[in-house]
Amino acid sequence: MDFSFTLLIILIPLAIFCVLGLFANRVKPAAAGMVGTAGLFIATILSYYAAYNYFSMFHAEEGYLPINAFSILWLTFTDELQIHLGVLLDPLSVLMLVVITTVSLMVHIYSLGYMKGERGFQRYYAFLSLFTFSMLGLVVATNIFQMYIFWELVGLSSYLLIGFYYERPAAVAASKKAFIVTRFADLGFLIGILLLSFNTGTFDFAILTDVAGPVIAQSTGAVFLGLSVTTWAMLLIFIGGAGKSAMFPLHIWLPDAMEGPTPVSALIHAATMVVAGVYLVARLFPIYALSAPDALEVIMYVGSFTSLFAAVIACTQLDIKRVLAYSTLSQIGYMMVALGVSGYGGEAGLGYMASLFHLFTHAFFKALLFLGAGSVIHAVHSNVMNDMGGLRKYMPVTHITFLIACLTIAGIPPLSGFFSKDEILVAAFEHNKIVFAVQWLVAGITAFYMFRLYFNIFWNRTPAFEHTPHESPATMTVPLIFLAAASIFAGFVPFHELVTSDGKSFQTGVHWMIAIPSVLIALAGIGVAALLYYKQNSKAESIAHSLKGFYTAAFRKFYIDEGYLYLTRNIVFAFISRPIAWFDRHVVDAGMDLIGNSTVQVSRSIRKIQSGHIQLYIWFFTSGALLLTLIILYLNSY
Amino acid sequence: MQSEIPLHYMIVLSTLLFFIGLLGVLIRRNLITMLMGIELMLNAVNINFVAFNHYLYPHRMEGHFFALIVTAIAAAEAAVAIALIINIYRRFATVSVDDVDQLKY
Amino acid sequence: MLAASVVGFSILSVLDRRILRAAIYLLFVLVAISGLYFMMNYQFLAAVQLVLYAGGIVVLIIFSILLTSQINSRLDRPKLSHVLSGIFAAFGGIALSVTTVLQFTFKPVQAGALDVNMRTIGLHLMGTGADGYALPFEVISILLLAALVGSIFIAKKSNT
Repeated sequence: MDFSFTLLIILIPLAIFCVLGLFANRVKPAAAGMVGTAGLFIATILSYYAAYNYFSMFHAEEGYLPINAFSILWLTFTDELQIHLGVLLDPLSVLMLVVITTVSLMVHIYSLGYMKGERGFQRYYAFLSLFTFSMLGLVVATNIFQMYIFWELVGLSSYLLIGFYYERPAAVAASKKAFIVTRFADLGFLIGILLLSFNTGTFDFAILTDVAGPVIAQSTGAVFLGLSVTTWAMLLIFIGGAGKSAMFPLHIWLPDAMEGPTPVSALIHAATMVVAGVYLVARLFPIYALSAPDALEVIMYVGSFTSLFAAVIACTQLDIKRVLAYSTLSQIGYMMVALGVSGYGGEAGLGYMASLFHLFTHAFFKALLFLGAGSVIHAVHSNVMNDMGGLRKYMPVTHITFLIACLTIAGIPPLSGFFSKDEILVAAFEHNKIVFAVQWLVAGITAFYMFRLYFNIFWNRTPAFEHTPHESPATMTVPLIFLAAASIFAGFVPFHELVTSDGKSFQTGVHWMIAIPSVLIALAGIGVAALLYYKQNSKAESIAHSLKGFYTAAFRKFYIDEGYLYLTRNIVFAFISRPIAWFDRHVVDAGMDLIGNSTVQVSRSIRKIQSGHIQLYIWFFTSGALLLTLIILYLNSY
Repeated sequence: MQSEIPLHYMIVLSTLLFFIGLLGVLIRRNLITMLMGIELMLNAVNINFVAFNHYLYPHRMEGHFFALIVTAIAAAEAAVAIALIINIYRRFATVSVDDVDQLKY
Repeated sequence: MLAASVVGFSILSVLDRRILRAAIYLLFVLVAISGLYFMMNYQFLAAVQLVLYAGGIVVLIIFSILLTSQINSRLDRPKLSHVLSGIFAAFGGIALSVTTVLQFTFKPVQAGALDVNMRTIGLHLMGTGADGYALPFEVISILLLAALVGSIFIAKKSNT
C-alpha cells in the first residue's frame, strides 16, 4: 500500500511550529495549546495507523523489508554527491515513530496543565512542535546525511527548550552547555560520516546496511593504526551518538539540562533525544556487527561504565529531577550495552532486540516518572527532596502512577521493565560475564535509588508545607494514567517478532535462570531503601557519614564538571580563544578602523582646499587651465 | 594700413598686461585692488581684439565692435562689483579678501 | 613706447601698497591704452575708452575707496607663498602664450582697409543686415539696465 501519508506525520509538527512561531503573541495561550495538541494527536493517529499497516503487511518469518515511503532529491553537488530527503519505513523507524508521537502527545496534554499561566506559553508549544518535527525527521531518515541534518535540528530544538526560562542564568548556561557538548560530539559524527561515505561512495542507509551489499563485503580496506577505516568511521559516528545520548565522558550536559521545564525533560531526556544515539547505532547495526565488531566492544564498555557511574551518583542526589536524569543515563547505558553485546541475525541478535525493547518500555516509564515528578514539583513548588514527604495522602493518582513506574524500572514482573531488562541481561550473560555482573549490580542499585526517591517523596516525614499540596488537574493526571497503563502492558508486546537485527523474527522467552537473580537483587534494593527511608531515621546519614569521602565525591558527581571547567578555562580559553579574540580585535577590527580613520584624515586635509578664499580658487582655476593647455599641446605635438 | 609696430608686439603686450592683471588679482588682499586687476585683464583683451582687427582684417569691423561691447560690459560689471564691495564693507567692516571666507568648509 | 608705459604702469598698479596710487596708475594705464587706439586710427574707440574707463570706472573706484575708508592706510603685504604661487602662475601663462603666439605666422587678409569714421560706425551699429550690430547693441542696453538695477538693489541699506 502507499505509505506516502507518513510524510504528513513529519510535516504536521513543522506546520504547527511555523504557525505558532509566527503568530505567537497574537494567539491566545489556550488556543496555542489546543492547536499544538490537536496537530500532534493527528500525527499520533497516523503513526499508529502506519505501524499497524506496516507490520501487518509482511509475514513474520520472511522478515520486514524497509520501504521508501517518500524520497526527493534535494541537493546535487556532483553526479556522485547527492543528498536526498525522504521517509524510510522499517521496523526500527516505525517503532520510533510510535514512541515519539505517543510521548510527545502525552507531554503536550500534560503541558496544558503544567505550563498554564507561564509567560511564553505559545513559544513553548512552538518549540515542542519543532522538537517533535526534528526528532521524527531524524528517525525516518533515508540516508545518513539527512539524519545529520535533523540531528543538528534536534540539538537546536533542545537548546531552545532547555533555555526556555531564558531569564534565569542557570537555564541559559545549561542550554549552552547542552548545545556545545553535543555539537562537539557531532564533530566526531561528521568526520565519521565523511569517512564512511567517502570510502563507500554513498550516504543511503539501504545501500550501507545491505548485508549482502558491497559496503559490508568490502569492509577490509585501508588500515590505520591497527583498526580498519570502517571501524574508525563507526567509532567516530558513535562519538556523535555518545554525545547525544550522554555517555561518559560527554554526559555532563544532561543533569544540568533539568533547568528546563519538567515536561521538556520528559520529552527530551526520557524518551526521545537521548535515545538518538541508541537509534544511530541500531540503524547502522549491520555495519557495526559485521564490519566493525571492535567498535561494538567499545560501545559495550562505555555503556556499562556509564550505567554504573550514573547509578552511583544517583544515590546521593537531592534534587528529584537530577536523580531521574542520572537514572536516564544509567538506563541508556543499558541500551548501549545491549547493542554492544549483540550479534547479527536471528538468535544472536537478541541484544539488538533487547536494546530496542528497553528503549520502547523506557520511554514510557521514564516519561511517566518525569511527568509524575513534575506533578509533585507543581504541588510543592520545589525540586528538592527535603521539601517533600508524605505526599501519598495528598496526591493519590500521582502516587500510584509513580509507584508503578518505580516498580517497572526496578524490573519487577509482570511489568514491562522486567521483560526488557531480562532480555538485556540474558544477552550480556551470553557475551561477557563481567559486563553481565556489572549490569546485574546496577539493576540492584537502580532499584535502591528509585525507591529512595519514592519513599522520600511519598512516605517518610511530612514537612510543614506553605500551602497544602493538592492533586494535579486532569490535564496532568490523564497522561500519567495512560503512561502507567503503557508501562504495565508494553511488556507483552511480542517484540521479538517485530523489531530484530535482520528484520526476521525469532523466538525467545523469559530465561528464568537470569530473571530470578535479577528480581531478587531488585527486591533487595527496594528493601534497603525501605529500611533507610520508609520512616524518618538517621540510618541514611550514618551510612553517608561512614563513607564520607566516597559519598562526597559521588554527591559532587565525581568532580567531572570541575575538570571540564578547568580544561576549558585554563587551556582552551587561554591558549586558543584569547589569542584569537586578541587577533580579531586588534588586527581585523583595527584594519577596518584604519581604513575608516585614514579616510577621515585624508578628507580632513582635502577639505582645506575649500577655504573660502577667492584668490585660492582663482589660482587653482588659472593653474588648471595652464596645465590643461600644456597637456593638450604636448599631446598634439605627437 | 599697417603701422610700423608689428602685430606680435601688440599680442605680447596684451599677454603681458593680461597676466599682470592676473597677478594683481591673485596677490592683492584688498577687494578694490582686485577689481583693478580685473579691469586690467579686460583691457588686455580689448587690445587683443583691436590689434587683430586692425592688422589682420582691416576691411571688417568685428574686433572694433567687440571691443566696444567688452568695454560696456566691463563698465557694468565694475558698477555691480563696487556695489557688492560696499555691501560687504557694511556687513563685515572690512574689505580684506581674507576675512570674507564664509563659504568655507 | 606707449606699450612700455602700459606695461610699466600696470606693474606699478599691481604692486603699489597705497591704494590711491594704485588707482592712479590704473588711470595712466587706461590713458596709454587709449593712446594705442588712437595710433591705430580707431578714434571712436579711443574716445569711448577714455570717457568710460578713465572717466567713469576709475572715478567709481576712487569713490569706493573713499567710501570704505581705505585711503589712509597702507595695504598689508601679501603672504610670500601667495606671491610666489601667483608669480608662478602668471609667468607660466606668459611663457606659454608668448611661445605659442610667436611661432604662429599671422597672414593678413589682402583686402582694402576700411576707413573707420563715425559714419561707418553708426551704420554698422544700427544696421540689421549681415554686418549689423543692432542686436548686440540692444542686448548691451538691457545688460546695462540690469546692472543698474542690480547695483542699486545690492548697495542700498537694508531695513533692519
